[in-house]
Amino acid sequence: MTKVTVCGAAGGIGQPLSMLLKLNAQVSQLALYDIVNAAGVAADLSHINTPAQVVGYLPKSKDDKDTIKEALKGSDLVVIPAGVPRKPGMTRADLFNINALIVRDLVANAAQACPQAAILIISNPVNATVAIAAAVLKKLGVFNPRKLFGVTTLDSVRAETFLGGLIGEDPASLKGKISVVGGHSGDTIVPLIHFDKTIAAKVKALPEQAYKDFVHRVQFGGDEVVKAKNGAGSATLSMAYAGYRFSEYVLNSLANKEIPFSIPESSYVHLLGIGASSLSQKLGGPEFFSVPVILRNGQVQSSLDPFSLVQTEQEKQMIETAVKGLLTSISQGTSFVEGLKL
Amino acid sequence: MVKVTICGAAGGIGQPLSLLVKLNPQVTELSLFDVVNVPGVGADLSHINSGAVTKSFLPSSREDKTALADSLKGSDMVIIPAGVPRKPGMTRDDLFNINAGIVQSLAEGIAENAPKALILIISNPVNSTVPIVAEVLKKKGVYDPARLFGVTTLDIVRANTFISQLYPEETKPTDFEVRVVGGHSGETIVPLYSLGAKSHFEKLSDEQKKTLINRVQFGGDEVVQAKNGAGSATLSMAYAGYRLAESLLKASAGTPVTECTFLNLDPSIKGAAEAKKLVGGLEYFSFPVKLSKDGIAEVEYQILEQVSDAEKQLLAVAEEQLAKNIEKGVSFVNK
Repeated sequence: MTKVTVCGAAGGIGQPLSMLLKLNAQVSQLALYDIVNAAGVAADLSHINTPAQVVGYLPKSKDDKDTIKEALKGSDLVVIPAGVPRKPGMTRADLFNINALIVRDLVANAAQACPQAAILIISNPVNATVAIAAAVLKKLGVFNPRKLFGVTTLDSVRAETFLGGLIGEDPASLKGKISVVGGHSGDTIVPLIHFDKTIAAKVKALPEQAYKDFVHRVQFGGDEVVKAKNGAGSATLSMAYAGYRFSEYVLNSLANKEIPFSIPESSYVHLLGIGASSLSQKLGGPEFFSVPVILRNGQVQSSLDPFSLVQTEQEKQMIETAVKGLLTSISQGTSFVEGLKL
Repeated sequence: MVKVTICGAAGGIGQPLSLLVKLNPQVTELSLFDVVNVPGVGADLSHINSGAVTKSFLPSSREDKTALADSLKGSDMVIIPAGVPRKPGMTRDDLFNINAGIVQSLAEGIAENAPKALILIISNPVNSTVPIVAEVLKKKGVYDPARLFGVTTLDIVRANTFISQLYPEETKPTDFEVRVVGGHSGETIVPLYSLGAKSHFEKLSDEQKKTLINRVQFGGDEVVQAKNGAGSATLSMAYAGYRLAESLLKASAGTPVTECTFLNLDPSIKGAAEAKKLVGGLEYFSFPVKLSKDGIAEVEYQILEQVSDAEKQLLAVAEEQLAKNIEKGVSFVNK
C-alpha cells in the first residue's frame, strides 16, 4: 500500500508527472492536489487501467486548510512541482518570492499530515526551496534529512542526452556512468564526466570548445527550453520525466527492488543529516549539495563523495564555483523561514 | 529505424502522448507537427535521454505545406490527435466540422509523403474521421486499409477500470481484458463484458450492468464535465493512444499482439469479409485484430458470434448509429 501525493498536480509539470505515476503499478493511492482543475485531472487519470486509486483534492476556498491535509494524510511520497514557471529572461531565483511561500505552506502541511513521507521538491529555485523545506520541518520538529530531496534529476538527464549526442553514444546507456552534482541552477550545476575511462577518452578526443559548450548547455539547458517556448513556460515534459525517474527510484527502494546502475541518481540533500558532514567541510560549508545517493526503504542510506568522481582541474573549479552560488541561495532560503510563525 | 510523426503534438493530448512515444526505446526518430508552440515542446522533449531524435515542424504560414511534408517524410507511423476538444454539453459529433477539415489536410499530407505509414486516428469524431482519411487516401491511389486505425483504446482502458472499481477489494484493473467493439462514441461503444469479465459481470444486478455499460459509453462525458470547460480527456487519451502505438511497435518487432481498433472492413484484410457480414454490411467497425509489422493482419470476427443476447441488442443500436457517422465522413470528402 503506497500512497503518493502530488502537490501542483494540475500544472504543466504536474499533469504529465501524475500520468507517469499513475502508470506505476507500485502506487496504490494517488492523491492529486492543486488550487485549480484538480478534479478534472483526477477524473481523467482515474480512467487509466492501473491499480492506483486516484483522488483529486481542490480546496473549497482560499481559507480551506483541510483539503491539503486530506491529500497528504498518510502519504509515503510527496512530490511538489507546484509554483510558477520562468518566462524568457528570468532566472530561477526570480521565482523565489512566489514559490517560497507555496513550498513553505505545502511542507508545513506535510509535516503535520505525513511526517514519515519522503518529500521531493521540484519547485524552483530548488537551491533555496529545499532549504526552506528543511527549515520548516525543523521548526515543526519532524525534520528527517534522509527523506528530503531536491530534484536535480533533469540536469543528469540533460547531461546524458547532450553527452550522448557529442560522443555518439545512446544517451540511455550513459545513465549511471556520469554524474551531476552541486545545485540546480546555472553554474551551481556540475557535470562530472571523466571518471568512466571509456567516456573520458571520447571526451578528451573532442575539441576544448566542444567540452565547454557541453558544460554550458547542461548548466543552462533550462534557459534553452524557456526560450524555445517563447513565454509559454519552461520545461514541463522533460521535467515530468525526470521527476518521475527520481520518484521511481524512491518507490523502488520502498519496495526493496534492486537498483542496477553503478553511480546512483543524484539528489540535493542536507549533507550533515545524511552523514556527510566531512564532505560539507571539504566543500567549504554548504548545508545542502546534490550528491549521488543510495536509497534504502525510501530514505538516504549513504552517499558518494563527489570528489571521488572528480578527475580534472576544471571539474574541481566547477565545484568551487557551485559552492559559492549555493551558499547564497541556501542562506536566502533559510532566512526566509526564520522568524516566521508556523 | 522507426520514425513516428505526431500531428497535433503541442495539444492537450499531443504533449503527454509525445512524451510517452519519446520514452519508447524502439523509436529512433520523433517528428512533432503542430500549428502553434511545437518548437518549445520539441526543445523540451529533446532533452530526454532516450534514443529518439526529436524534431519540430511549425508551418510558417497558413499556406505553408512544407512543414507538414517534412514532418511526414519517411514516417513509419503517424499518430493524429490534432483538433479541438469537446466542451460540456457537446457530443463528439459537434466537433465534426472543424476536425473533419483538419484531418482531411493531414491525410492529404500523408498520402503525398508517407503513404505506407501506419496511421492512428485519435481526432474525434473517430467514427467519421477514419472514413475521411480512407476516402482521401483512396482518391490519391495509395490506400491500404490494413494500415488505418481508429483509436478506440480508451474505451477498452475504461471498460477494464470501471468493472474493477465495482470490486475494489478483490480486483485490479489489470486483472481484466475486456474487448470493446463498435465505434467510439456513446451508444456505438459496445463493451463485451460477458466474454472478458464473465464471472464478475454476471454477479451484477441488471441495474448495475446497465450503469456500467453506460459509464463505458459516456466515460468521455464524465471527464468533460469534471474539467468544466477546461477540455476533455487528455492524459488517459495520451496513454491509450500510446498503448496502441506501443502494441504496433511490439508487433513490428515480432511479438504477437491483439488490440481492438476501428477499422475499414475491406475484403483484402483476413477475416474482414466475415466480420462485415456480422455487422449488417457496415464498412467500418471496431474489432479485436491481430497486429503485424504491416498493420492489421487479421480481424478476430468470431467474437461477435459469442456475444450475449443483451450485447446483440447493444450491437443493433451501435450499427444503426454508426451507419450515419460513417456516411457523414464519406460524404464530407466526396461533396
